[in-house]
Amino acid sequence: MKRSNAPIFWTLFGAGGMLSALIGPMLVFITGIAVPMGFLLPRDFLSYPRMLSLAQHWTGKAFLFLVVALFLWHGAHRILHSLHDLGIRAGAAAKLACYGLAMLATVVTACALVAIGTDGS
Amino acid sequence: MSGRRPYVRPMRGWWRRDPFFVRYMIREATAVLVVAYAVALLVGLVRLAQGEAAYDAWLAAQRTPLALIFYVVLLAGFLYHSFTWFEIMPKTMPMIVVRGKSLGPRVITGAGLGAAVAASLLLLLLARDFAR
Repeated sequence: MKRSNAPIFWTLFGAGGMLSALIGPMLVFITGIAVPMGFLLPRDFLSYPRMLSLAQHWTGKAFLFLVVALFLWHGAHRILHSLHDLGIRAGAAAKLACYGLAMLATVVTACALVAIGTDGS
Repeated sequence: MSGRRPYVRPMRGWWRRDPFFVRYMIREATAVLVVAYAVALLVGLVRLAQGEAAYDAWLAAQRTPLALIFYVVLLAGFLYHSFTWFEIMPKTMPMIVVRGKSLGPRVITGAGLGAAVAASLLLLLLARDFAR
């Protein structure tokens, strides 16, 4: 019997859902509202030098990768399983589109983080 | 066969028939907002990799009134996602048995929401520390 690949996608969905439920609202608030308004955080918080130093540090890299990739896998899985509710057959094409785009975006995220490099280089 | 037209119950707009289904559909729709935020961050990350000029252009776009509206909508969606995620957690997680009794749904939801508040405050404190 062929082993199901569902647990992989379900785990990514769960991990992304948990991460976004724990810190998602605060992340959106910080990056989208607090910083542009200069509320609680300085307006230059997202400045190029500061974000570069964050993305160059391995903990910052790991954090950014996990947030972007897991949020995407969470959304892709949930959207795929909601297609049926909208009267769309969630067949192989839909599966390929949802998971394929999430995979592509994950690779782009990894490439950007690699291109940014580390402090020493 | 030619003249037969069997009754097929129409399913269009099925979720509008019951407020429970409406809440379910809103909960599932938050996935679109989660993806939208991830894509916004990913664009910023690519711009960061492209250099200061590209990144500053992205940053300027983040400060427009339209972007602010986008983020307010995102925040509402994320809060709803957060709340519902822990609301359904008693049904989605394996049962926890403490001293012969399974943990009540309110305890699980409460613990989850408490963890979310704690994690969010920690993130804000870390950000403020990073800003110094």
